[in-house]
Amino acid sequence: MATEEKTEMAATAEVEASTIVRTQDVKKVYVMGEERIHALRGVDLEVTQGEYLSIMGPSGSGKSTLFNMVGGLDKPTEGKVYIDDVDVAQLDAYELAWLRCRKIGYIFQSYNLIPVMTALENVTLPMVFAGLTSDEAREKGVTLLTKVGLGERVTHKPFELSGGQQQRVAVARAFANDPAIILADEPTGNLDLTTGREIIELLREMNKESGVTVISATHDHKMLSVSDRVVWVRDGRVDRIINRDELKIEVGTIDGHEE
Amino acid sequence: MPEQHEINTQIALPLSKAVEISFNSVKIRFGRSLITVSGIVLAIAFLMSIWAGNAIVDGLMNANDPKINLVLQQKGIEIDPDSAAAIQQRSKDSWLVVLSLLVCLVGIANAMLMSVTERFREIGTMKCMGALDGFIIKLFILESSFMGTAGTIIGVVVGFLLTTLLNMSSFGTVIFDYIPWVSILKSGVLAVFIGSFLSLMGGILPAYRAAKMEPVDAMSLEV
Repeated sequence: MATEEKTEMAATAEVEASTIVRTQDVKKVYVMGEERIHALRGVDLEVTQGEYLSIMGPSGSGKSTLFNMVGGLDKPTEGKVYIDDVDVAQLDAYELAWLRCRKIGYIFQSYNLIPVMTALENVTLPMVFAGLTSDEAREKGVTLLTKVGLGERVTHKPFELSGGQQQRVAVARAFANDPAIILADEPTGNLDLTTGREIIELLREMNKESGVTVISATHDHKMLSVSDRVVWVRDGRVDRIINRDELKIEVGTIDGHEE
Repeated sequence: MPEQHEINTQIALPLSKAVEISFNSVKIRFGRSLITVSGIVLAIAFLMSIWAGNAIVDGLMNANDPKINLVLQQKGIEIDPDSAAAIQQRSKDSWLVVLSLLVCLVGIANAMLMSVTERFREIGTMKCMGALDGFIIKLFILESSFMGTAGTIIGVVVGFLLTTLLNMSSFGTVIFDYIPWVSILKSGVLAVFIGSFLSLMGGILPAYRAAKMEPVDAMSLEV
């Protein structure tokens, strides 16, 4: 598997700086009774392959909505979302499932592991969907779980694991089918400071190692230091985008406020 | 997408794997499954006991044995089929059957609905992992049919045994001479069919609804 990853990395390096996700004037309107709520009011965003992008914003800013659009989990009311140059709205159920299975790995705030399955079964489930045989899946699952530091706990059920460990299982599961994009929705939201930091570092490490694109919605300032770019969302619009080099200064001030 | 033609072969959930997953799911949630199955057992046992009870009494009446007729009359059962009291009795019986069918319907639908709706998040997660709607429906068909079939078969046996015991205490072992086995077997098969069908519907309809949703909606749904 390691060699496979390397060839993939090489391929990634060749098309360096290509856009993997692109949104074009994306709008989302929720209708609640008589009221029309504009969650997104036209967002243009480009995500470059291999980068670590954080989407920040207060709750109600449209951050989660944008995140769900980018991940192909929800459909925009207006505008287009391209993942790997494919318009997500044009995909049928099979293609969408294929995209979610092979191209995207999801990490959630509340881990969302299947409670009745062991850590290993959780990690291998996407592989089963992708058509791997049980033996292949098991082998790969153990490798992934070892990588996230849970090699000793493959047969544990989610309720036998701590929050941080469950999130590690979720990280391993997200990487199950060697996706091009990892989508992490508030991955540290339910974790304490230290555990949260560990998860972020793990994600960053895997991002550097395999060249996977990481898109993360968060309001956790710890996320800033590892991000290549940070997108601030406010009132359904992109407020500002800050690159890594400019970020250092900002982070200093924010951390100063925080601690 | 260039991979379009491969999609069918690449996203797959082989039946054996589906059976394994859904069987484990029932087994691991044993306590929860037991409650769901109990709901089905009770509903079907009620229906079956009404049917079997009616059949046994009918059998005794058809025997037209003076000794049995006496006991029947003592128990307040009208033996003359044309009398007003007997007609009233029959309408009461059929009302009981309708009632037990309703109990069956509501009980099973409720048990299955609850066991599926509490897992909407799981369904949403599976969709994020790349499950097709069909996988989810497949898993829930299997799960519902495991629980439905087990529940109804147990229910039929329990319902029949209880009624038989009850009637035996009323009329004695003589009932075995006149038990209309064929009609009881027919009711049993019908009860299994009704129970399995209701459990399947009760399990699949909500699962289908969840499978059709966008994953985000399924995951954030409060039930």
